[in-house]
Amino acid sequence: MSSNRFAGFLKLALVIGSMQLGAAGLAQADITILNVSYDPTRELYKDFNAAFAEKWEADTGEAVTIQTSHGGSGKQARSVIDGLQADVVTLALEADIDAIAAATGKIPADWKTRLDNNSAPYTSTIVFLVRKGNPKGINDWGDLIRDDVQVITPNPKTSGGARWNFLAAWAWARAANNGDESKAQEYVAELFKHVPVLDTGARGATTTFVQRGLGDVLLAWENEAYLSLEELGPDNFDIVTPSISIKAEPPVALVDGNVDGKGTRKVAEAYLNYLYSDAGQKIVAKHYYRPYKPEAADPEDIARFAEVKLVTIDDFGGWKQAQPKFFADGGVFDQIYKPGR
Amino acid sequence: MASRTRMRWRFRQPSVIPGFGLALGVTLTWLTLIVLIPIAGLLWRSSGLGWSKFIALTLDERTVNALTISFGTAFIAAIVNLVFGVVLAWVLVRYRFPGKRVIDAMVDLPFALPTAVAGIALTTLYAPNGWIGAVLEPLGIKIAFTPAGIIVALVFVGLPFVVRTVQPIMEEIDKEVEEAAATLGANRFQTISRVLLPGLLPAGLTGFALAFARGVGEYGSVIFIAGNLPYVSEIAPLLIVIRLEEFNYPAATAIAAVMLLLSFIMLLVINMIQAWSRRRYGHGS
Repeated sequence: MSSNRFAGFLKLALVIGSMQLGAAGLAQADITILNVSYDPTRELYKDFNAAFAEKWEADTGEAVTIQTSHGGSGKQARSVIDGLQADVVTLALEADIDAIAAATGKIPADWKTRLDNNSAPYTSTIVFLVRKGNPKGINDWGDLIRDDVQVITPNPKTSGGARWNFLAAWAWARAANNGDESKAQEYVAELFKHVPVLDTGARGATTTFVQRGLGDVLLAWENEAYLSLEELGPDNFDIVTPSISIKAEPPVALVDGNVDGKGTRKVAEAYLNYLYSDAGQKIVAKHYYRPYKPEAADPEDIARFAEVKLVTIDDFGGWKQAQPKFFADGGVFDQIYKPGR
Repeated sequence: MASRTRMRWRFRQPSVIPGFGLALGVTLTWLTLIVLIPIAGLLWRSSGLGWSKFIALTLDERTVNALTISFGTAFIAAIVNLVFGVVLAWVLVRYRFPGKRVIDAMVDLPFALPTAVAGIALTTLYAPNGWIGAVLEPLGIKIAFTPAGIIVALVFVGLPFVVRTVQPIMEEIDKEVEEAAATLGANRFQTISRVLLPGLLPAGLTGFALAFARGVGEYGSVIFIAGNLPYVSEIAPLLIVIRLEEFNYPAATAIAAVMLLLSFIMLLVINMIQAWSRRRYGHGS
């Protein structure tokens, strides 16, 4: 009986599998490019891809299909390293694109200078999502280490967004202690003692906070925080912008090694450039990312962003220094969790 | 000479159905492609580390902790599954009741359900604001986001293994055996412990081993409910993922190789116990 049921499953799986193969076969007739991206950009690129495909067809008469793959930023980078034929990568961290460049040579080492604004067509920042009415009175980073506060953030080891969280907290503590790095480390260590769950990705952490009701504050990408509000209604949560945060610059890059093999360089380049166009910037702002050219976006979209003092990754010596110092094996984050502390 | 004839005899087992050569060829080729080559690749990658580095990586406190958590929770979950799986199988084999077929089918659900779905469902239930978690919370019992949560997830994914391995053996045991034991003056406890359980032991151990092996490698259902705190509820597969996120391939393969080694040793030991109990009680071979 059990094996019969199994055979049934198998048949079903085969039927579904062959249907998908058929669909993929049809799509192959056009040009297809693959954008390998990270988790919270699903909604953004769904919109953007449709706009770009329309524009490309209007300009050249060619139909283009854009496939998008989403996942944790580091995992996505590894897929490309292992051979996923990405035409462009739009990831959460410069360090992830650097890793592709170093491991495969498919991206030149100076990729960051090839597009404007350090190859970041949009930026974001880290804000606090708190429960409606802010019952714990959380207004700034200092409140997060109070005894009665629990903080939700994903694991910086597995989540690109969490690394921005970590650095934003560090930046505040460093500024609050006149630049004392050891005080900053003490603060961040204390902060992570208030973290009851380390999810592996930003979306998981949002679920933990929103659906499981765990914690008093979620450290989140600004765009994720707004999306949560939009999805769940502003009746349940408030966004608190801290006094200092970090300018999160999710970069984009062309994967030269792949586009030259596939003959898609022209369309892939146009795709990335379109992110910088007025139309692209408008879409970006609509999805709660801070556009590189705010004047191109709708003023009301821009008005939603609170003023905040932003540090940048350069204040940490760039990712080439920050990545090994804070997040590599045995780095600051691992020291925080050393047992016996 | 004698050994050669023995070898020949081994390879030419007479069978009603022809095609042994072809079948063995397919078996070996398939096993090589699907199992041996990937595992050899893993071992090959970790062997490139050199012994001292390999040992340093595996004796790292965090790695040892994660391995302890993985194997410890999988062991406990497999024991829970052994006990309740045998009871479940017993009820399904020996009694008739309305809805029996539905319950029988339900046992297989953990096989069919994507583990991530199971993990999310269990987390929703056991989180402090979930149906079960909300009841346990006032009693001071925390399941989700603790090692206990890992055990709950592993019990879920491992359950069918024990039930499905024990069930057919139970069906084979004749009721007359129990009746004979009773007429010879055994009380119910003696009937169960001396007559029934020994016969079920090999199958039970197989189910235990399968559930245990599944639990050690389980990732999808666990990461949602575990809380993933280093040194507390960080499982070895997650640590492998973390090492990969650091682009630290050597450390990841080292942990994987140790898991492989430990699993192999445990399965071997369980196999030996099984073989022993088959000889001892003469069931199933």
